[in-house]
Amino acid sequence: MAHFKKKRGGSKQEVPTSAMPDVVFMLLFFFMVTTVLREVTLKVRVNLTQAENIEKIEQKRLLSYVYIGPERLPGNQLGEDKVQIDDAIVDDIGAIRNLMYDKLREQPKLIVSLRVDESSEFGLLTDVQEELKKASAFRINYSTRREP
Amino acid sequence: MLLKKRERESAEINGSSMADIAFLLLIFFLVTTTINVDTGIGLVLPPPLQEDQEPPPIKERNLMNILVNSEGRVLMDDQPYQLTDVKERLKEFIDNPTNDPNLSESPDMAIVSVKTQRQTPYRIYVDMLDEVMGAYKELRDAASRSNYGVPFGALQDNSPQYEQITDMYPKKISIAEPGDS
Repeated sequence: MAHFKKKRGGSKQEVPTSAMPDVVFMLLFFFMVTTVLREVTLKVRVNLTQAENIEKIEQKRLLSYVYIGPERLPGNQLGEDKVQIDDAIVDDIGAIRNLMYDKLREQPKLIVSLRVDESSEFGLLTDVQEELKKASAFRINYSTRREP
Repeated sequence: MLLKKRERESAEINGSSMADIAFLLLIFFLVTTTINVDTGIGLVLPPPLQEDQEPPPIKERNLMNILVNSEGRVLMDDQPYQLTDVKERLKEFIDNPTNDPNLSESPDMAIVSVKTQRQTPYRIYVDMLDEVMGAYKELRDAASRSNYGVPFGALQDNSPQYEQITDMYPKKISIAEPGDS
């Protein structure tokens, strides 16, 4: 019986790991750059609705968010519909005009992104829109999710 | 002379744990990151009317009144429609291929007015608006395909072709003040 001995390469069977930190760092930088830490704590519930014909907003710098939805109360309860801008709930609808006017002065190309809960009533939204009109913040965007 | 024997420690920083540190940071950012692109329905609000200013005159045939009540029932120019039929009807109204005297004179003169009630849930309102947007998107797509052979979405923003299509179908949507009943 003839034995054939397989010739094996003399090289070691290990994957060189010396480049691993570099690879990991590269990934790390990627995620550090793309990450957006949540900047506001939501005081209202916002379950976005879905739509089909939607557009993407590429320039996030232009965006300013207005949240509308039922207020979150302690103990997992929901209150009445409220408007939240930045970090605070705005009780006086008339104050939105000044808030938006200031934002518009900082960013003349402002787009107001309205993040409205799907069950909120249209009435409050239209009041907010009237205020936006008076503040001359005309570009708005109804935030929705893509329909699956 | 006494020669002190010193064990020379190597002057290098031990780099073997670097990968671990990097991994830890990586995992942190992986968990906290949200690559969410904001999507939504864009709209441009009209400037508010002055007190003494009359609304500009619009020919009746160029205006499509859409009423949605809080239960999601739809009236288009006083005719009841299903939400799923709205898009087709709108495309017919805007494009008016048969030159019907009751439909819009030309696509760029057509105005779609959406009116709803204060009690209407936001979901129903957005569904309605979505249909209107869908009608315009399909019309623009069709025009872009027949003129340039590419869908509208493939045209460069603010390019002459883009401008021409948006001039053809300018997407005039008016959100009316909500009624109470």
